[in-house]
Amino acid sequence: MELVCPAGSLPALKAAVEAGANAVYLGFRDATNARHFPGLNFTDAQIDEGLRLARGRGVKVYLALNTYPQPHNWPQWEAAVDRAAALQVDAVIVADLGVLDYATERHPDLPRHLSVQGSATSYEALRFYHERFGIRRAVLPRVLSLAQVRHVIEHSPVAVEVFGFGSLCVMVEGRCLLSSYATGKSPNTCGACSPAEFVRWEETPAGRTTRLGGVLIDRRTAGETAGYPTICKGRYEVGGKTFYAIEEPTSLNTMELLPELMALGVVAVKIEGRQRSPAYVRDVTRVWRAAIDACARRPAGFRPAADWSAALARVSEGAQTTFGALHRPWQ
Amino acid sequence: MTAEPITTPRLAIGPVLYYWPVEQLRAFYEMVADSPAEIVYLGETVCSKRRSLNLEEWLEIADGLAARGKEVVLSTLSLVEAESELKTLRRICENGRFLVEASDMSAVGLLAGGVPFCTGPTVNLYNARAVETLARLGLRRFVLPVELSRDTCAALRAACPPEVEIEVFAFGRLPLALSARCFTARAHNLAKDDCELRCLDYPDGLIARTQEDQPFLTLNGIQTQSAQTHSLLGEIDEVAAAGVDVLRLSPQSRQMERVIAAFDAARRGSEADLAGVAPLGFCDGYWRGEAGIAAPAT
Repeated sequence: MELVCPAGSLPALKAAVEAGANAVYLGFRDATNARHFPGLNFTDAQIDEGLRLARGRGVKVYLALNTYPQPHNWPQWEAAVDRAAALQVDAVIVADLGVLDYATERHPDLPRHLSVQGSATSYEALRFYHERFGIRRAVLPRVLSLAQVRHVIEHSPVAVEVFGFGSLCVMVEGRCLLSSYATGKSPNTCGACSPAEFVRWEETPAGRTTRLGGVLIDRRTAGETAGYPTICKGRYEVGGKTFYAIEEPTSLNTMELLPELMALGVVAVKIEGRQRSPAYVRDVTRVWRAAIDACARRPAGFRPAADWSAALARVSEGAQTTFGALHRPWQ
Repeated sequence: MTAEPITTPRLAIGPVLYYWPVEQLRAFYEMVADSPAEIVYLGETVCSKRRSLNLEEWLEIADGLAARGKEVVLSTLSLVEAESELKTLRRICENGRFLVEASDMSAVGLLAGGVPFCTGPTVNLYNARAVETLARLGLRRFVLPVELSRDTCAALRAACPPEVEIEVFAFGRLPLALSARCFTARAHNLAKDDCELRCLDYPDGLIARTQEDQPFLTLNGIQTQSAQTHSLLGEIDEVAAAGVDVLRLSPQSRQMERVIAAFDAARRGSEADLAGVAPLGFCDGYWRGEAGIAAPAT
């Protein structure tokens, strides 16, 4: 099982490589990828350096080109695919049908993975992408249960990668417009959910408020920690009660499920967090490397070590972690 | 806007996104049959637990509408996970009589290269190459993703194959997101599998307001919609000028007859208004390239 780690910068890439990643994923410094945040991602020179570093250690490099171009900016995505091919990255991770079609026609030898942003939740969808675009791997949305992941893998013509750790999208990726409803910008169109320029923090007598595009996402009293104001993790009033109407601010952590994921034939586990620090990438990669190795040696008795769990808890968003949809207490 | 409409767009009634009981659905489609809408999309697109009508019963309604001159299209589930859902999907795709609107890539996969098909707002077609890719496989019409603007719409019209029609979501609460979780069940502290079909209690969804009482979202089972009603009534000339072939009116439980009449009047150049139709206000920001929640200019 491959450990695929986030590289939002060259130091993060180094950290992932040194801590035991089998592959890193990264993006160009523009809206062609879904973590288009200020100060993040790679110039061409940095990618050259990153490729050299990764290849020296036998680590693969995947390039995320996983947003949705529109007519006015389409040429930028074509150029990005061409650059990826010229750089000879190990795969491009693509969501858009047009970009996939272009890559397939122009660079048939450039391996293609279907991004989680492609929003394929069934093996019929994977068959389509495989037949039409020859994808080799698909990253499944974080909405499927373990039984559903198994069912997809049993019938899928391509290898399957799942998310193992990091921020949790409770909405199906690639088809969530909550961010643009409040700001005009979404992961699909701009490569960012809840872009920072629309976030406002304010201290008020009633507590600390967080706003996105002017809309009040949450108000917290002293002692409550305030997370990043994505709409899905806000508190709203529904039927006379104010609560986390969509999702508690928890992180995904599927480590305890590693033996099952391995037995299902999941080929890769992805760590979320290209927007996180190199220290985060180092700590999470190190722990997951140890866990995957331990699980591969002896899956039957696998239990996450206490110090691994503690290390992951320290870097998690929110106070708690969850298996996400893989295990469905809410179902 | 002074631009002359190039063609008069047709009116389509989108699939009912809420869980309505069978009598309400039948009464609704009786009204639609007598309405000036030319196209009707039928079927369950949100939650496979909603079973007011089975496929055979939907097909009977489809036959009835077709007999009264409507173009009928069968819409599919937006989030397909279970094998049982794939089974239903296959039956819809193989119905042999009516055009199918794919709501996800599973349906696109089943339809591609076989029969002509359409795609709904939850299939991502953001650029001409994506549209061309599906056009080669039988795409006949697609709903513009709701977050795209008039400029993108016009650019797509100019760049896409002319035989592929563009439909725009012109009225209704915007479908914004899908989840494996059910937020209506969550609001009642119920597990999804034991939801007691609570969506039946909310014929227009359940409103979520911010902590300063701004209506913001509508919880509709596993779907999240806008609380505001998106309407392009005031921009209908501009919509037509952008080359839009079809206007989608998304059903709500009340005053839908008036909504259809207003859009019918507006597309023919007559005065029309929707006063009182959207108690939580209107929005149209997406069309103007802004935040979707932005209210129409007054």
